Amino acid sequence: MTPDEDEKNEEVEMVEIFVMGKRYKVPKGLTIMTALEYAGYKFTRGCGCRGGFCGACSTVFRTKDEYKLRMDLACQTAVEDGMFLVQLPFMPAVREDYDIDEVDPEERENVLLDYYPEIARCVSCNTCTKACPQDIEVMDYVQAALRGDVERTAELSFDCIHCGLCSIRCPADIKHYHMAQMARRIHAKYNQPESDELDKRVEEIKEGKYDDEMEKLVNMEEEALKKRYDERDIKEEG
Amino acid sequence: MEEGYLYYPGCTLKAKGSDYESSAMKVMEKLGKPLIEMEDWYCCGAVQSLAEDDIMHQIAPIRTMCCAQEEGEEELITLCDMCYNVLRQANDRMKEKEDDLETMNEFLDEDPDYEAGVEIYHLFHILEDMKSEIEEAVENPLDGLVVAPYYGCMLLRPDNVAVDETEDPEMMENFLELLGVEVLDNPKRTECCGSYHTVNRSDIVEKRVEDIVSYAAGEGAEAIVLSCPLCQFNLDFHQRATEFEIPIFYITELMALAFGLDIEMKNHKIDPRTLLKEKGILE
Repeated sequence: MTPDEDEKNEEVEMVEIFVMGKRYKVPKGLTIMTALEYAGYKFTRGCGCRGGFCGACSTVFRTKDEYKLRMDLACQTAVEDGMFLVQLPFMPAVREDYDIDEVDPEERENVLLDYYPEIARCVSCNTCTKACPQDIEVMDYVQAALRGDVERTAELSFDCIHCGLCSIRCPADIKHYHMAQMARRIHAKYNQPESDELDKRVEEIKEGKYDDEMEKLVNMEEEALKKRYDERDIKEEG
Repeated sequence: MEEGYLYYPGCTLKAKGSDYESSAMKVMEKLGKPLIEMEDWYCCGAVQSLAEDDIMHQIAPIRTMCCAQEEGEEELITLCDMCYNVLRQANDRMKEKEDDLETMNEFLDEDPDYEAGVEIYHLFHILEDMKSEIEEAVENPLDGLVVAPYYGCMLLRPDNVAVDETEDPEMMENFLELLGVEVLDNPKRTECCGSYHTVNRSDIVEKRVEDIVSYAAGEGAEAIVLSCPLCQFNLDFHQRATEFEIPIFYITELMALAFGLDIEMKNHKIDPRTLLKEKGILE
């Protein structure tokens, strides 16, 4: 909705929000992301898929009369009257380098602890879990990592979208999401069965089976591409 | 829990101390009171924070007690001496200091309050009441094996959480005698192994190990028996700096052997099998 349309339609209920302390009136029901755009902000960082999948639009806010800071994704959270908020477009969190061929969990006492020794500083405060917009049991996977359980760490963290909010809140300065990504990679390489289907598909791509189709998409007009996307077939899971 | 005991493993028993866990599981199963691992548990923190105003480091142990509370249990059993010490001290603090419990529950926020109704026990507390069951379970008495018991610090200090007399404990000696082994009098049994200095001051640990092992071996001990995974690691691993090479057993390993149960003994630096074969305990 643009400001012009808004003037025409006086029925729209407006709410007051504070972006970095500055007051704006925006229509009720917008997400934080669209409300910011309504207020005139243009995203060059801190915005990605707009669908709650990419984790680029971390936001910190508090609601009216609430002392607690809350975190969520700007594209998934509706504005409320009296909300104070700010966007966090980037997390400068450390990520360790490793060679995936040299991190066999069977050959080490605790491979995750080797690369991320700070997980041993966890005091089980659960602040990470409370910060997670994906409702992941973050503290529980850190605890699993601490006892060397790569599989549980990988499974519990599976829905992580790397927004980094857990790590920015952690009093022990643990970098949960990078550690958990390592766990999922190790789990995939060393514990899970190889997929014949994947090999087959990679082979097909190499042989150029999809080149024509890709070419067609790349050259499509934007409107036609959007229509095609909206009408795409999505197979049911399983 | 009628069918057994709710059990808190701690991280070490899932890694380097796994021989202790697996043997204790088998022993308790045999004694008819199996250890049942908690659904959820958290690292205890490994060292009890001594700072009066530090509540942060009490959260982890208390969170574990909340898990026991949620499972409807009032008794929680640990095997690891370090975990026992930390859990017990944190729990006692919550029972004794109302203000600290209140702060803790304020912090726990949306989670259920801890009601300070859980009691922490070490395996030794349980075995103390099962002596006749232990005696009955012995199928292969470990005759001829000479061992020195070793308690270290965490079972006995500070004295308000001690499982036995701080200066003159005899619990372990009593258990061992039921297994048929010859138990040496070991005045060094309550001395410190060097503990966490193993991380960056191994020279300190080596001195402690030399002192403890040389006395036991000098008196004719063929092995040392204990229950703490950190003491086990230090006495086992750092013995390489001494002239000695005697195995360091978890007490549950000897119990399992006396009960005729198979055990793995996979994390021993000094392989106990040589001695056990020599003594005819293993084939």
